[in-house]
Amino acid sequence: MLSGWSLIRAWTILVYLFMFLPVAVVVLLSFNASQFGSFPMTGFSFRWFVELWHNDAILRAFRVSFVLGALTAVISTTLGVLASLALIRYDFRGKNLISTALIAPILVPEVVLAVALLLFLRFLAIPKSFPLLLMGHVIFTLPFVVLVVQARLVGIRRDIEEAAMSLGASPRQAFFEVTLPLLAPAIFAGMLFAFTISFDDITGTLFWKPGGVETVPTQIFAMLRNSISPEINALGTVMIVLTVGLPLLGAAVARRLGSRTN
Amino acid sequence: MTEPAVQLDQIAKRFGPFTAVHPTSLDIPAGHFVTLLGPSGCGKTTTLRMIAGLLDPTEGEIRVKGNRVNEVPIHRRNLGLVFQNYALFPHRTVEQNVAFGLKYRNVSKEEAKRRVADALSLVQLPELGHRYPRELSGGQQQRIALARAIVIEPDVLLLDEPLSALDANLREDMRVELKRIQDRLGITTIFVTHDQSEALAMSDQIVVMSAGRVEQVGPPEEVYNTPANEFVARFLGASNIFEGRVADATVDVVALDVPIFGVVPVPAERAQGLSNGEPAKLVVRAEKLKLARPGTDADGAVSVDGVVEAVDYQGQVARYFVRTGESLLQAVNMIDDHPFAEGETASVRLRPRDCAALPGNK
Repeated sequence: MLSGWSLIRAWTILVYLFMFLPVAVVVLLSFNASQFGSFPMTGFSFRWFVELWHNDAILRAFRVSFVLGALTAVISTTLGVLASLALIRYDFRGKNLISTALIAPILVPEVVLAVALLLFLRFLAIPKSFPLLLMGHVIFTLPFVVLVVQARLVGIRRDIEEAAMSLGASPRQAFFEVTLPLLAPAIFAGMLFAFTISFDDITGTLFWKPGGVETVPTQIFAMLRNSISPEINALGTVMIVLTVGLPLLGAAVARRLGSRTN
Repeated sequence: MTEPAVQLDQIAKRFGPFTAVHPTSLDIPAGHFVTLLGPSGCGKTTTLRMIAGLLDPTEGEIRVKGNRVNEVPIHRRNLGLVFQNYALFPHRTVEQNVAFGLKYRNVSKEEAKRRVADALSLVQLPELGHRYPRELSGGQQQRIALARAIVIEPDVLLLDEPLSALDANLREDMRVELKRIQDRLGITTIFVTHDQSEALAMSDQIVVMSAGRVEQVGPPEEVYNTPANEFVARFLGASNIFEGRVADATVDVVALDVPIFGVVPVPAERAQGLSNGEPAKLVVRAEKLKLARPGTDADGAVSVDGVVEAVDYQGQVARYFVRTGESLLQAVNMIDDHPFAEGETASVRLRPRDCAALPGNK
């Protein structure tokens, strides 16, 4: 007899299958030896990964994505930490407005944000360029950093900093000796967030990227328009490993950092 | 006379239209243990934070060892600060916590090591140097916080409700401990608390505050026995206060006429120089009102009969609420034999020399 619970269990499994089966198929097919990216598989092979390695366009796209992701992470984290400090530690006029404005990019659909920024640049007659693409990525990764860092900062009691200062540390020394180390797990997490979000973003990037510059997602997109090559499966697998693996690694590191401080 | 360690000269703090501390002056002699006592919101913590340099006074001057420190930032004031929630650095070991302040003072490694060890043994936790704060109990954490504050040999030790986060039993142990350490080091200490028993047990001087003003300054016994006003009388322990009038004032005795007890001759040194015919209030501590079986010898005490309306049994003592006419009297008595029961008639007695008189409402 099927009880209510087993129905729910079966349903849950179906939902998960629906979500992850396509991903599994991509990963599976990336190891297919056949010329065509479809079933049945004819053998197990790394040839598509090797081809990736020899594809200059893809390697270039990877380089762009890494540089873009890394710069986005650094800039976004720096700005995010400073903004969080201001929002949590100080009182000033317009604080709520600024806080909302910083978080807003999460709430606005990315297409809207992308078009808006593009139109804005057009309006100012600024040609598209890599720095502007970078700016776009910073705008929509910033909220994630701000949210993560703020959450942690709220938990760092002000009197810990005050204690440091009473013992002779200048406000700057207190920040670097006490606040920053305690904030480290959140900063690290925010950085990873920013990197992964930037790394696998396509919507905004499509609108903002200057001609001739491709990131990995836009490269995949371009390749898909021509044909469905098995190379894409391999590329997909690499992307999955990176975008899933990095945060997992990050969580593990953050836990290690955190376990010492809490 | 030696210079006070800390002088507050008409300092005040306003936040917009709200005045947290009205202009206040206070001299704190070197080596003294001074308590700022009052209910929450009375301005005691604000005052402490101004002395610490965490808040700027809106007006007035703060002097430490005779030097104006208003413009000196907190990290140059050389003060030891202990917080209610310990505020230890969670990412540092106990040793690193205690050594923190020494980094900013030209202290050699060996010297720092020795001083940290000394401080840890002074707070009786010499073994815990390598632990992290989260591995310690609340009481241990507060001892480490104290060690961290005193290891820098501060000019003044500032304690902001340091015992309030601890369990009742531990709190009493720490009270004794804190006082022992303060005595031993002879360090000028300013202690903020809302707990009157802490204040009475530890202080050389108590500064009672209310609504941003100092109500009374004095040694514990003086503040307790001869409260300057009704607020102090009510805040430090339970008091019974009766409206009355001075019937007769002489050099030695001021006799108060209060409706319930009749004429009560209060010693003049407890009567704030009240003169004949003035409205006055009679203050009697709850533990100075004694309940006795009716008809027994009053032994010179003023007495009145009442009905026990409620009994709050606390083991060694009982708190009684006794109805006499319009008034509900509060009495805290040691229990020998049986406590009085609800509904019983008791003779309520007071010795005039245990009372104090305050000026009444004009």
